[in-house]
Amino acid sequence: MENIGLYLLIIILKIIGIITVALGGVTVMNWVERKVCGHIQHRHGPLYVGPLGIFQPIADGLKLFLKEDITPTNVDRVLFIAAPLMAFVPALLTFAVIPVGPHLMISDINIGLVYILSVSSLGVFGIVMAGWASNNKYALLGGLRSSAQMISYEISLGLSVIGVLMYSGSLSMTKIVMAQQGLWFGFIPKWFVIPQFLGFILFLVAAFAETNRLPFDLPEAESELVAGYFVEYGSLRWAMFMMAEYVAMISASCVVVTLFFGGWLPLPVIGPMIEGLLPAGVVLYAMPVVWFLSKVAVFMFFFVWVRWTFPRLRYDQLMSLGWKVLLPLAIFNIFISGILRVIQLN
Amino acid sequence: MVSFCAGPSSFSEGGLIVGENLILGYLPIFIFLLCIFFLGAVMLIASQIFGYVAGRHYPTDEKSSTYECGMIPIKDARQRFDIRFYLVAMLFIVFDIEVVFMYPWAILFEKFDPVIFGFIEMVIFIVILLLGYVYIWRKGALSWR
Repeated sequence: MENIGLYLLIIILKIIGIITVALGGVTVMNWVERKVCGHIQHRHGPLYVGPLGIFQPIADGLKLFLKEDITPTNVDRVLFIAAPLMAFVPALLTFAVIPVGPHLMISDINIGLVYILSVSSLGVFGIVMAGWASNNKYALLGGLRSSAQMISYEISLGLSVIGVLMYSGSLSMTKIVMAQQGLWFGFIPKWFVIPQFLGFILFLVAAFAETNRLPFDLPEAESELVAGYFVEYGSLRWAMFMMAEYVAMISASCVVVTLFFGGWLPLPVIGPMIEGLLPAGVVLYAMPVVWFLSKVAVFMFFFVWVRWTFPRLRYDQLMSLGWKVLLPLAIFNIFISGILRVIQLN
Repeated sequence: MVSFCAGPSSFSEGGLIVGENLILGYLPIFIFLLCIFFLGAVMLIASQIFGYVAGRHYPTDEKSSTYECGMIPIKDARQRFDIRFYLVAMLFIVFDIEVVFMYPWAILFEKFDPVIFGFIEMVIFIVILLLGYVYIWRKGALSWR
């Protein structure tokens, strides 16, 4: 055990790297969202702070940092202060098992996927705590709606990945990516999105609901609940809820890419062509990260795109979509995947 | 932990052979948790300190009262709420346990001796699950006004 110091140093370096990338991703994502929103609505979006307004999120962060930090008098003080932390910590904790490249993860535990599902569902505690502690009618309604929504869609989320597990035979995120290597007919990648297309759609819809993104953003519906569960928050505490939401969005994109789009594996046909032009060291160490991040970027753009394309659901529509449409479809998906696997294995 | 030291790159975590020790795989996650918790706590405390140091702390009665569209709040916010929220929570517990039960089955799917045996077993389980599901649907537990 003489190398324990080096082992810990590598862990710490990885942790610093992951936190930097995640929080940097939040900053970039904030800018991208506002810029894309602007262009979808035929306006410019942030324009003046830095080239193309790219430093706008940093300026906003500084502004929030210097704001007066109000704690209303009739709140439950302990819960009120702890709630942003309870939302922020589980959101970032998901990144511990996401493989950015081969071995580029904090820990490759053998129950990676269960870890992700359980940790991401802890985020609901922060939201409920904020809603309850604020002692505000909007906040309470937002918190209740959010908890009911998140637990409803969690069932579909859990059921939709069972098809993937039947193909991969492991819960380890690395092994799930490894199981997607290879090509059919020389050009179709063996990514799980092809045998598990229905599972992918279900997972994506449930992930949108879990991250409280726009077709499902009932907890913070601006037009009816003002801001929902964080209506009483200001300054950096509010920023922490916002960061938790963006981090959850990034980690949802990462999980979708890992489960259904082959994680760090290169694109078919185009991938080997690009990698053939580069030196071997770059291909081995840097290209997996490039492939992974570019796939994640596509999904993050998709998150923003959907936000400005679909109107918000009504609450009864939201619950019936979760319980009466996604749940039977997820069970149907398990059934179909089972039949396909039995035929394939015989 | 199984594939901790294997793979295309010959990167072996600083030469420390971790092997089959499962608990040690959670040590990095625990350190990660401490780091994030520390980061979040620093941010909360810093926001409090800056609120005072920057001289922007002028609480007034109106400012620190509960927000309700500018009106004086009517009654306490913590009133009784719809029983359906409890119902959803109860149904969630039942269904989530079923989901967790399917995970080991899905992972071991290839290893059932005749594969069809494992599949038929799960079909029977899902049919029983669906009976309960149809019952709660018919009872109206899933419908919101």
